[in-house]
Amino acid sequence: MSKEPVAVVGIGQTKHVAARRDVSIAGLVREAARRALDDAELTWADIDAVVIGKAPDFFEGVMMPELYLADALGAVGKPLLRVHTAGSVGGSTALVAAGLIAARVHGTVLTCAFEKQSESNAMWGLSLPIPFQQPLLAGAGGFFAPHVRAYMRRSGAPDTIGSLVAYKDRRNALKNPFAHLHEHDITLEKVQSSPMLWDPIRYSETCPSSDGACAMVLTDRAGAARAPRPPAWMHGGAMRSEPTLFAGKDAVSPRAGKDCAADVYRQARITDPRREIDAVEMYVPFSWYEPMWLENLGFADEGEGWKLTEAGVTELDGDLPVNMSGGVLSSNPIGASGMIRFAEAALQVRGQAGEHQVEGVRRALGHAYGGGSQFFAMWLVGAEPPST
Amino acid sequence: MTREIAVVAFAQTDHRRSTDDLSEVEMLMPVLHEVLDRTGLRTADIGFTCSGSSDYLAGRAFSFTLALDGVGAWPPISESHVEMDGAWALYEAWTKLLTGDADTALVYAYGKSSPGSLRDVLTRQLDPYYVAPLWPDSVALAALQAQALIDAHETDEPALAAVAARSRATDNPHAQLRGPVPHGDYVVRPLRTGDCPPIGDGAAAVILAAGDRARELCERPAWIRGIDHRIEPHSLGVRDLTDSPSTRLAAEKAGAFERPVDTAELHAPFTAQEIVLRKALRLDDTVRVNPSGGALAANPVMAAGLIRLGEAAAAIHRGEADRALAHATSGPCLQQNLVAVLEGDPR
Repeated sequence: MSKEPVAVVGIGQTKHVAARRDVSIAGLVREAARRALDDAELTWADIDAVVIGKAPDFFEGVMMPELYLADALGAVGKPLLRVHTAGSVGGSTALVAAGLIAARVHGTVLTCAFEKQSESNAMWGLSLPIPFQQPLLAGAGGFFAPHVRAYMRRSGAPDTIGSLVAYKDRRNALKNPFAHLHEHDITLEKVQSSPMLWDPIRYSETCPSSDGACAMVLTDRAGAARAPRPPAWMHGGAMRSEPTLFAGKDAVSPRAGKDCAADVYRQARITDPRREIDAVEMYVPFSWYEPMWLENLGFADEGEGWKLTEAGVTELDGDLPVNMSGGVLSSNPIGASGMIRFAEAALQVRGQAGEHQVEGVRRALGHAYGGGSQFFAMWLVGAEPPST
Repeated sequence: MTREIAVVAFAQTDHRRSTDDLSEVEMLMPVLHEVLDRTGLRTADIGFTCSGSSDYLAGRAFSFTLALDGVGAWPPISESHVEMDGAWALYEAWTKLLTGDADTALVYAYGKSSPGSLRDVLTRQLDPYYVAPLWPDSVALAALQAQALIDAHETDEPALAAVAARSRATDNPHAQLRGPVPHGDYVVRPLRTGDCPPIGDGAAAVILAAGDRARELCERPAWIRGIDHRIEPHSLGVRDLTDSPSTRLAAEKAGAFERPVDTAELHAPFTAQEIVLRKALRLDDTVRVNPSGGALAANPVMAAGLIRLGEAAAAIHRGEADRALAHATSGPCLQQNLVAVLEGDPR
């Protein structure tokens, strides 16, 4: 039995900001969902099922908020699934929704992910109390900084690489009206002189805390044929997980990430990702993760990823643009961040990315990760339907 | 041609009021080992893994990540998690098997209600702006539903007591509460202690397999003939609490009404909810309802729905049922409901 091809026909997101005090949680998700439906020129009645994702419930202080959100998402009388796979959740949520179509359980599915971080303090929400964790790890930066340091030592990358990534992503964000941070006066010097938060990660190399939501309408071949705008077609998608800590874990380049990418490339029949993939939206919450993931995802050999960054290959006008939207470094509504990567990859192949559109993108990768570099979700989308 | 998928193994803990001596992963691990042992599979043989649990019960963010240590996710596994009862994790795994991406799936769920005050914790599920600030607890909301049923002359207190007594007459060795249990005083009128589920900790796991793989792994697979789930509005004020239209719709979509079932495992934590579900599912007295004792005998939150699916499947495995219905619920007063129809091959 072959799988039903999956197409993205509607994409919506909110303007990501530090605090959306003008809307409730329901108002926030509905805004993104409404925009995705408008993009697809569909109504709530056209939706067969809803799949929603977000990171820990403690971030808003609502247990299983999908129950309360059923009405706002037009899910009453329909199936509603709630996914939670840590930071990768935005990507996993889209993949679960795509699975419903691929399995021919449903024809058209609305998928949505959000975080309203202003409802709490995510950094301390991520800092688990004793006895779960030693009191040294303040927020995600405290957890990841040693892994960045390990990468620098292992690869011999110059100290400045991280600042190049941040400078690029923050400038890309200026072309994305939905990005949280619009730093019009950004300079490389400012990035490099910003305060050190978790050595070697500086303030300007760190993602913001955002309120935001992202939604997509996914559909089958028949739905795609009715779509008013060009669809993005899913050519491959996969999730991989490994434990948080164990002897032999490679925290710099986790095997789960490599395996996940390999599965996606196999499905999409990609043998040389560097040559065959035109653009990448990857989950880079701290600047150094760009070169680290370039290696993990097979775009560069081990220890060589930073050279692509340094040479400008990942710039908006480079040979392999990375995070054209400004990425997680410019907007981080945590639960939605993975879905934004997936959606931005789809926007690129649809030619709908506006000012941050890269010319001629035929195939783009969306990538998300979470937990202690242990949960991975990725999809590869193309402008053409997958050959079956 | 749709792929045939079956539940081929089920395992659960002995459910207890408290498991202070065990972490969640320690509580879960024996169940994972048991369910794998039943099929002879090892973690590396499993095509897809999916779990259900809640950070709010655990009292910490990302609580499910530690459970992966119990799975032994190395080399890395294809895996997902729902912040829902494990019944919905089973649903996600079922869709994964339907796509052909995997031939086997491990589904598990766990919950420890003992560390906190469950009645208070569950109020955090409610509308955060208009309802949760009032802290209406789960028993109070279930009591509203019970009173609505009594007012509609669909039940009375003796009938509710009979549901409780029948449920706890089970011989299920995993049950937390069984045998003659006093019906007790009112907790919230009209519900007495006997009308309420025991509060406790527990875990459960199921293995799914497709087609011939299922036949290899299990003598009598419990084939999933249909499975569907639906949700209702959140606000209790806009719902008829004496009915469960989402259960009825899910049952229709799952094909439950095409032929009668012989057994039903209903996830009805409160006695009055069984009355509502029986009506929505059109179950008459010929159907054996909750031979396991149901949620009134053991209600480990987040696992209790998956346990209904597991118990229904196990009855088919043992040859005690041929066509069974399994139901799971989530949210206040049966807001969200899942129905599955399981069948064994003719004997």
